[in-house]
Amino acid sequence: MWRFVVGRLLQAIPVILAVITVTFFLVRIAPGGPFDSEKAVIPEVKAALEAQYRLDLPLGQQYLAYLGDLAQGELGPSFKYPGRSVNELIAAGLPATAELGAYALLVAVVLGGLAGVVASLKPNSAQDYIPMSVAMIGICMPTFLLGPLLVLLFGIHLEWLPVAGWGDIPGDKILPSLTLGAAYAAYIARLSRAGMLEVMSQDYIRTARAKGLPEWQVVTRHALRGGLIPVVAFLGPAFAGLLAGSFVVETIFQIPGLGRFYVQAAFNRDYTMILGTTVFLSTLIVLFNLLSDILAAWLNPRLRAQYGEA
Amino acid sequence: MQNYARVVTCCLLSALLLACSAGESNVAQGNRDGILHFGNGSEPQGLDPHVVTGVPESKIIDALFEGLTRKNPWTLEPEPGAAASWEFSEDRRVITFHMQPEGRWSNGDPVTAHDFVWSWRRALDPAMGNLYAYMLYPVKNAEAYATGKIDDPELLGVRALDDMTLEVTLNAPTPYFLQLMDHYSSFAVHRETVERFGKATDRFTRWTRVGNIVSNGPFQLKDWELNRRIVVERNPHYWDNDTVRLNGIVFYPTENAVSEERMFRVNQLHYTGDVPLNKIPAYRSLPNTPFVEAPYLGTYFYLLNTERPPLDDVRVRKALSLAVDREAITRNVLYGSNNPAYAITPPGTLGYQPPQLFSYDPAEARRLLAEAGYPDGDGWPGLELIYNTSESHRKIAVALQQMWKDVLNIKVTLSNQEWKVYLDSVSEMNFQVARRGWIGDYVDPNNFLDLYITEGGNNNTGIADPVYDDLILQRAPRAATQEERFALFHEAETRLMEQMPIIPIYTYASKHLVHPSVKGLPANLMDFINVKYIYLEDVPLTEFELE
Repeated sequence: MWRFVVGRLLQAIPVILAVITVTFFLVRIAPGGPFDSEKAVIPEVKAALEAQYRLDLPLGQQYLAYLGDLAQGELGPSFKYPGRSVNELIAAGLPATAELGAYALLVAVVLGGLAGVVASLKPNSAQDYIPMSVAMIGICMPTFLLGPLLVLLFGIHLEWLPVAGWGDIPGDKILPSLTLGAAYAAYIARLSRAGMLEVMSQDYIRTARAKGLPEWQVVTRHALRGGLIPVVAFLGPAFAGLLAGSFVVETIFQIPGLGRFYVQAAFNRDYTMILGTTVFLSTLIVLFNLLSDILAAWLNPRLRAQYGEA
Repeated sequence: MQNYARVVTCCLLSALLLACSAGESNVAQGNRDGILHFGNGSEPQGLDPHVVTGVPESKIIDALFEGLTRKNPWTLEPEPGAAASWEFSEDRRVITFHMQPEGRWSNGDPVTAHDFVWSWRRALDPAMGNLYAYMLYPVKNAEAYATGKIDDPELLGVRALDDMTLEVTLNAPTPYFLQLMDHYSSFAVHRETVERFGKATDRFTRWTRVGNIVSNGPFQLKDWELNRRIVVERNPHYWDNDTVRLNGIVFYPTENAVSEERMFRVNQLHYTGDVPLNKIPAYRSLPNTPFVEAPYLGTYFYLLNTERPPLDDVRVRKALSLAVDREAITRNVLYGSNNPAYAITPPGTLGYQPPQLFSYDPAEARRLLAEAGYPDGDGWPGLELIYNTSESHRKIAVALQQMWKDVLNIKVTLSNQEWKVYLDSVSEMNFQVARRGWIGDYVDPNNFLDLYITEGGNNNTGIADPVYDDLILQRAPRAATQEERFALFHEAETRLMEQMPIIPIYTYASKHLVHPSVKGLPANLMDFINVKYIYLEDVPLTEFELE
């Protein structure tokens, strides 16, 4: 198992290095620079600014200098927010994004898992079709549509929940979590349905039923563990996806998260911020993929054996 | 299984119930405590007056700092700020400012003339990389110093005669100079504080952070949570603290106008920085409407690249402009909030009225296009129009495309570009037709007309007219009276519009939702807010029922 973990971590290094390199040069190729503004910039001022950010050096040298800083954990100063380092901006945005991601994941697992399991118990009946149709709609409905719809219903017409904010007014975390979690709930519903269907036809389920266990015990004691393996495998990438993809929800609900910084950075050509967030998020994605692989192995004896621990 | 469902349902329901017991709204609480909840558009880049550029930044900096003068929000006339009074020399080239005797920084230090001398040197220092350094260019030797041609700051036309007297020498009489004293690029910063955290010209220091920053305005910084809110509270050392009526302001980075409007509707905000276009009719029809609109010192127009065919022919440029039905655009696309524009300067800028040389005239447009060699669009080589990503820019571009098709029978393709790509295209003149807007930094026709001097950094059209340059750069500054000066501007602008390097579309309007409890916040041409005069009246909360 350790060999597997270390091996995967070593594999991650060239991947992340490639991400850095590609991002570094791609953002420089994009037309427009961080100091372009609607009003013409005095050449002397622009030169002074470029010198402050090392942009006056040859590109190769800038790249090496960046890698040097990165090795020390320094992501550099932000272009858009003078006086703030990228490390600081990520640290400021991460808590809200991580919290939002965690709640969204909780929503996704609870709602999606429930729907999938319920659907799988009576395949090809109304009990299957209704949750699965809802799930299909959930997958198709983009967050930028679902968010405003939920706000209109719960925030404005019913006035049950705040329409925006994060931790400012009690209950303002509910709608964003639901909105972000919905699409993932739909995926999880489909995954858990498929997983459960497969498991429910296994011999050991028949054995459990033959012992005379009530159906709900058959499901909770025997079927769930195997049936939810595909869901667990999905959780790692899903959480990373939630962190990287929460931009729309953060904008709709005015949440001070990382996603907003990330997208603004791209629009502003905030080179260091784009790179910093990309490096940070890609590292997270690699780590979460690894975590979910380990978790899946732990749940699945066959995989565990394969990784040489049996 | 049903047990699970039950537990989950119970959890969700109790969470909902908990949420519904949410306390009173921001507006109700704010009205009681004198706290204004302000939708400010976006997270400010920072709070250093010599580093940042942008409207959201200016709103916060205006609350925290104060220039030598501060505009009256009703008349836009300069009122005493850090300076209690000032007088001009005979030739109007030297201004003597007498500092506010009770002027204090938020730590109790006196605000002196030396603070301004030091700060202006900092603002103009090339190492500072201050994008707004040019606002101080009317000051003697400022441009030479900012561009590194001289490096002795003693040569700058600003000096302290004593602690309380500041003398400013200008290159030439500058009628709008006092207005610039209310622009943050001319504000003073607290030297000791800046230097405690780094070099004077270091952009990256922490001196503007909560607990570090020392400012001289009516408010001081209390709390700053990135992308969440900035809270300012009353500055007890402010010289005119008795006039200030608010106890604090909370600025929200409301980037998304749609979300902002929803926050307003449920009384989370007193004031919005913007109003979504499609909500305007509904708000306007409300009795006692919170929707406030006013002309704003800015013009929305299209740049024409006069160096590229077919736009190198003035007849084609005129044909395009005459074929635009501006009334239809402002009525149908902009819901009637804006006025059609026929020149670059917005009408009524300090009483100046720009010339109107043309109006919507399809027949004349067709005639001009035929004369240029494209009768009824025959042989038209095609034309590309670029605009930056935005729903309203797109709508206007589509309207223009259709009008040109209908009136002139010519084909124009539209190309949407992301903001920085668009800026690059414009500055490199890599376009044929490009959307453009210009918002005045100060109320004076000069701020618009000097765009089109031959060497102007924002010309971007290739238009070059030595007579125009002479009018703007030489003759207007030497005019003896404002009438004479305006006559020269009028002559210059007439020449400009005869060349038609731009197609004016409309003059901007400021649009806000303002809660009925907010008083002392009048609409004005600069969309300027003087936080000193704002107060909140405890009116019963209104429900804004739209539709």
